[in-house]
Amino acid sequence: MTQLALVIDLNVCVGCHACVTSCKEWNTSGWAGPMTDQRPYGADPTGTFFNRVQTFEVGTFPFTETVHFPKSCLHCEDPPCVPVCPTGASYKRPDNGVVLVDYDKCIGCKYCSWACPYGAREIDEKLRVMKKCTLCIDRITDMSLPPAERKPACVLACPTSARLFGDVHDPYSEVSIAIREHGGYPLMPEWGTNPANHYLPRRKTRMQIHEDELVRADNPLKKEAPLPAAQGETLDDVAW
Amino acid sequence: MHPAFSVIFLTTLIGAGQGLFLALYTGQVYSLANLLPPQDGTAFFASGSLVAVLLLALGLVASFFHLGHPERGWRAASQWRTSWLSREVILLPAFMGLVLLYAAVHHLGWTTPWLVIKDRIPVDASLLIGLAAGIAAFLLYFFTAMIYASLRFIEEWHHWLTVANYTLLGLASGFTLAAAFSALQGIDLVGFYGTWGVIFTLTGAATRLGSLYRNGRIVHRSSARTAIGIRHTEVRQRAQGFMGGSFNTREFFHGRSPSILAAVRLAFLILTFVAPLALLGAAYLLASPYLPMAAFGVQYAGLLAERWYFFAEARHPQNLYYQSMA
Repeated sequence: MTQLALVIDLNVCVGCHACVTSCKEWNTSGWAGPMTDQRPYGADPTGTFFNRVQTFEVGTFPFTETVHFPKSCLHCEDPPCVPVCPTGASYKRPDNGVVLVDYDKCIGCKYCSWACPYGAREIDEKLRVMKKCTLCIDRITDMSLPPAERKPACVLACPTSARLFGDVHDPYSEVSIAIREHGGYPLMPEWGTNPANHYLPRRKTRMQIHEDELVRADNPLKKEAPLPAAQGETLDDVAW
Repeated sequence: MHPAFSVIFLTTLIGAGQGLFLALYTGQVYSLANLLPPQDGTAFFASGSLVAVLLLALGLVASFFHLGHPERGWRAASQWRTSWLSREVILLPAFMGLVLLYAAVHHLGWTTPWLVIKDRIPVDASLLIGLAAGIAAFLLYFFTAMIYASLRFIEEWHHWLTVANYTLLGLASGFTLAAAFSALQGIDLVGFYGTWGVIFTLTGAATRLGSLYRNGRIVHRSSARTAIGIRHTEVRQRAQGFMGGSFNTREFFHGRSPSILAAVRLAFLILTFVAPLALLGAAYLLASPYLPMAAFGVQYAGLLAERWYFFAEARHPQNLYYQSMA
């Protein structure tokens, strides 16, 4: 079975919001659109988004780190939002595991948003139906596009390639290898939702230098002198 | 969670309606066992059932205000295999139909016994329909409560106490309403229903205080650390990804200060439990027909506050991603 998913590299994300704007641009005019806004130019703008980039600060000064955290639907393998839907509008596609909403069946009761621990679903205040990330289902299944473009808009837009897209059930896909080799982890594993999307942690490349590598253990008196002159052939010079 | 008044009215109105019907049917069963005098079919059972149906219908109307697309509401009956909400959507109209049928049978006097058990217990249509409706009433309490109790992430709700509270508080308001209805009709059942009203109010107080105690000490499984997966004791949010608010900041936060929350909690504890008990006790002593009505009115107002607090006290794990609003 195929389970399409995103792998988001927190080590690379710079928090530029290009994924947010490209998502909105693609989806508001696509299958899932329009994604309506309220008071977009007013003092208190709000609207429907499938993807947000949040910023967290980890630690206390001076040992702080800023983590930009893109947040969208995780397309859980056991999505708690799907069975609670009273109309069957929420469903998980059996062929590729993408969790979707049928906007013609949704009654806007918001129960699925209560059942999502991640807050991935947002109601469209104007169309009064629940909206969520579709993994750009209309792009990734469009066989008229060249294969390189059959990817979600956010993945194509990311300037630092912090977002990878692929099948997490294929052990040799780019995303599976990234999860395996770079310590990819799911969010809130305590709820057993089995999110398909994974996050790659911040990584530091550090040189391991021990104290005894900086001092010469074989020169305890620290008396530096020219190396002794060659005294003829030594054992090292013998060709065996 | 943000308390939605549509759901507050739905759950309190249908809870009282179910309780009122169960009270009427209890009266019928007791009179069958010669523990209570038999009552008039039209003046008591039929009109009482119509009051119950009125409450259930008002609750159903209130629920439509919760929906974005009420005209598609019929679709909500399709997923009864997996969704507690769907099960409630099916059972509520079915229960209303049974109660209407029960009212009709009593009003039209179709109470000729079909069979008599041991020459003493006459079994008629009203008894069987009432039994079916009684089972439906208890199931409906269970289904309504399970809508909330089944959400395992909302740990304040994910407990059997939620089911106990919905059932007992519904029964308490329903039996108190039955006492008020008897007083209004001048029927000598005020003491009987008042006593059951007191019993359910007391047991409901015990389970509600139990859930308040539990929720006050709850240790949530999710934290900012599991939410973003960074292993550090200190994770603070600096930006939510927007400045003007979103569905996530409106739907999952009550937006009230802790002092208002404490005031609502005190108000619902007094109005739902203390005041109705005092009024029912006074009604018993003074034999006043107005005090049971006052008891129901006060208790219903208290239940509105109780339900508001039920939503407000639930802290959804998604709020970890919107900490600057918390």
